[in-house]
Amino acid sequence: MNWGVLLFPGSNCAEDCFHAVDKILGKPVKYLWHKDTDLGDVDAIIIPGGFSYGDHLRPGAIAHLSPAMTAVKEFAANGGLVIGICNGFQILTESRMLPGSLLQNRGLKFLCQDQNLKVDNADTPFTSEYAAGDVVVFPIAHNEGNYYAAPDTIAEMESNGQILFRYCNPEGEVSEKTNPNGSINSIAGIINRTGNVVGMMPHPERSADSVLGLSNGKGVFVSMLKHLEAKHG
Amino acid sequence: MSEKKAGMEEKIWRKAGLTDSEYELLTKHMGREPNTVELALYAQMWSEHCGYTHTRPLFEHFLTTGPRIVQGPGENAGIVDIDDDEVITFKLESHNHPSAIAPFQGAATGVGGIIRDILAMGAYPIASLNSLHFGHPGEKGHTRWLISEVIRGIGEYGNCVGVPTVGGEVRFSNAYKGNPLVNAMCVGFMKKSQIKKAIATGVGNSLMIVGNLTGRDGMGGASFASKDLEEENDEDRGAIQVGDPFMEKLLIEACLEVFEKDYVVGVQDMGAAGILSSSVETASKAGNGVEIDVALVPKREEAMRPEEVMISESQERMLLIVKKGMEDKVNKIFHKWDLHAVVIGHVTDDGLYRVLEDGVTVGEVPVWSLMDAPTYILDAVEPPHLKETRAFKNKQVAQPSDLNEVLVKLLGAPDICSKEWVYRQYDHRVQMNTIVKPGSDAAILRIKGRDKGIGITMDSNGRYCYLNPRRGAQSIVAESARNQVVSGAEPIAITDGLNFGNPEKPEVYYQLEQSIIGISEACRALDTPVIGGNASLYNQTPEFGAIYPTPIIGMTGLVKSLDHVMTMEFKGEGDFIILIGETKEELGASEYLDVIHDLVSGEVPELDLELERKAQDYILDIIRQGLVNSAHDLGDGGMAVALAESCIAGELGANISLDLDIRSDALLFGESQTRFMLSADESATDKIVELASQKGLEAAVIGRVTKSKQIIIHNLDAKLIDILVEDCKTSFTTSFDKLMKTDS
Repeated sequence: MNWGVLLFPGSNCAEDCFHAVDKILGKPVKYLWHKDTDLGDVDAIIIPGGFSYGDHLRPGAIAHLSPAMTAVKEFAANGGLVIGICNGFQILTESRMLPGSLLQNRGLKFLCQDQNLKVDNADTPFTSEYAAGDVVVFPIAHNEGNYYAAPDTIAEMESNGQILFRYCNPEGEVSEKTNPNGSINSIAGIINRTGNVVGMMPHPERSADSVLGLSNGKGVFVSMLKHLEAKHG
Repeated sequence: MSEKKAGMEEKIWRKAGLTDSEYELLTKHMGREPNTVELALYAQMWSEHCGYTHTRPLFEHFLTTGPRIVQGPGENAGIVDIDDDEVITFKLESHNHPSAIAPFQGAATGVGGIIRDILAMGAYPIASLNSLHFGHPGEKGHTRWLISEVIRGIGEYGNCVGVPTVGGEVRFSNAYKGNPLVNAMCVGFMKKSQIKKAIATGVGNSLMIVGNLTGRDGMGGASFASKDLEEENDEDRGAIQVGDPFMEKLLIEACLEVFEKDYVVGVQDMGAAGILSSSVETASKAGNGVEIDVALVPKREEAMRPEEVMISESQERMLLIVKKGMEDKVNKIFHKWDLHAVVIGHVTDDGLYRVLEDGVTVGEVPVWSLMDAPTYILDAVEPPHLKETRAFKNKQVAQPSDLNEVLVKLLGAPDICSKEWVYRQYDHRVQMNTIVKPGSDAAILRIKGRDKGIGITMDSNGRYCYLNPRRGAQSIVAESARNQVVSGAEPIAITDGLNFGNPEKPEVYYQLEQSIIGISEACRALDTPVIGGNASLYNQTPEFGAIYPTPIIGMTGLVKSLDHVMTMEFKGEGDFIILIGETKEELGASEYLDVIHDLVSGEVPELDLELERKAQDYILDIIRQGLVNSAHDLGDGGMAVALAESCIAGELGANISLDLDIRSDALLFGESQTRFMLSADESATDKIVELASQKGLEAAVIGRVTKSKQIIIHNLDAKLIDILVEDCKTSFTTSFDKLMKTDS
């Protein structure tokens, strides 16, 4: 069961994602290089956070044109699991692998805090370790995390169960008051129609190592692992 | 100054920032008059910023060695041993003048510069901190703009480069209204075997420049930092550098990949005075000469003069001294990261610093003479205000009738209130090492793969140093160490940032000298050597005068097991609250006097360094024994503020009974030194008190943690404080946001 962490110039959460798979899950993981067209033998791909290409032009706008992203699209088309976290989410929307886009935070400032999230759909390869309605805490750290999509797209995503996580308070209540960045419907993480590509602004990897005082992000990686193990028997 | 005397003809060296006697000295060194290129070399290298002309003689006071000190002052950063053949390296640097004029770029490049110092040691940068000083935020729209832009600059650079900003401080006084202070600190981690030095050994080895292109930005930044900040400083705008954190991130990755191989003999960051300073320092250390051809330097502007290329402070550049024959291999790694590595010169054996342009010599001076900046020991005169402030008596101020109101006001004071508005703009979690976050006494980072961590702090107190520079400086070192021990870390060493006004003024020189003596005394007593630092003088403007003398202490400590990590918040209802240390009737220099009585006066609280050491050893000992549930040092705002902070953070109340015969405001808000507030299980309390008395320390069980959500403090028969934790919390957490949104 091989995991790959895709490395762009300017990725700065690649090592954290590597650490989560290597040390917390204890599974084999390697870096994938943005110039590669062949990603080799991997079963799941993490597109980590950071500032790929320095966020020049627009977050993710240059990274999505890299050779490796063509290979990632092909990997996803064949059913492979892909998760984009923070800048990784921005790259996935730029490449149209996920709908919508990420605008600047409503408060016009970078925002780093430990964030309560409500699990909306626990019936996916990325969230099976949780129950719907669970409240988890993952850190957020972004300037452009304000999720937007056209109203009919949002309606469709809502009815398909494509919303995985929403920003909420510690009691699990979702409201504009607990929405840190202005995302439409408090959306923090989404999944594609076919259920194998996820993008989320919060960082599950930063919430995976209990030494740091947060541990429920591990569930995302364990969910993925269990799905892969079931698939491969 | 004499330079400005009317009728005097313009002397070219004066325009460059050199005095007549300095010019005379350099012609003696050279045996002839310098040309323009050579003059520019001396002007930069002999500036205070590069040559430490006023501070170097005073550094003799510092203790710079110790069992954990691997590298003291003299390299890009100092290094300390944290066991298991692992080391950390750290340093701080000021970027005050650039930040006063262009706050976003000034602060951003300050962060970038100090990260490169750490990178040049061969280390991976793992944490940033910063100490910021501004005028009062409620005062003026310009001040709030400075605050917002400095913080945005630090955030954008640090966040993008992927180094977490884990702590520091933001302090306010109108002493900094015209001249804010921006000091950035960086900490790096590496194995002992990975240490690099800034040395140009091996005649024939190549000097390679890596990273950014060289332009005219940051021209003469070193000499700009070495004079007073004038009102009309448009002329110096060219001295501001522009930062590119994306380039820095690539530079970090590429450099660390190159360092893994055996290609490089020396590394130096290009900071103040760019190519010049970095290459002179490496050559001087090896006792060699160097030869640099400016035509080979990759540039982003045309028609740059040789001296411009030499002193440009374009950011994100490093100098590598590469073994002869390995140049292509180095370039290949940089190329992978879409960067270049270009040979611009080589190491020679003649001890000369030679600048060429297209192979033609345009300047040639002895390397040693550039490093031999003249030093000045100036007249020191006690500032006249001290006579008056020392004469302050507590009875000059009346006790407020409503002490609850005082507490709420202090918790909302800019120096004390929560700075979450600031640090939520910084990524403080990236790299996944942050155990204790900003807003605590010390930031604690784990070391991956080990059961240990490090504590990092950055502290200052300009008001204390204004009122007593020597004791004030001692207090800052003591407070830094207190912040370490209450967090479970054993203090190891410090880096100091010396921010002062114009040292040519005898009162400022007095402050500088006394502060350095104070730092030095405290560091000896607490066994925390000085392993490097930075001096930023000339922090004054014609309109607002000199800043408070502001030495800033960056300290690191070792957490020997992660079980020792301790925080300030109360954790359990019913826990006993224990006060360690003696509370005296001291109001002088306090935050209370400043905020409530609008008075910056009085004597700085007494400090017994021997007792301090004893108390700190004791605190660390009982934390390591697992006897304590929370620990907090008593600092700004005294006992009542410390208690409220522990309640707010723990969302619990406290019921306190004291029996001290001193006036209530001094009891609650006085800042007597060497005091700690602990909470513990009932079963551990006796042992904590007993161990304290064995050490000759005062310890008193003063109350219990309650679930009532109220803070109640009795003294003797009187109830002094009775307030809801919620009211304290509101003031503490919302005041800064409100200040920053004030309209004017």
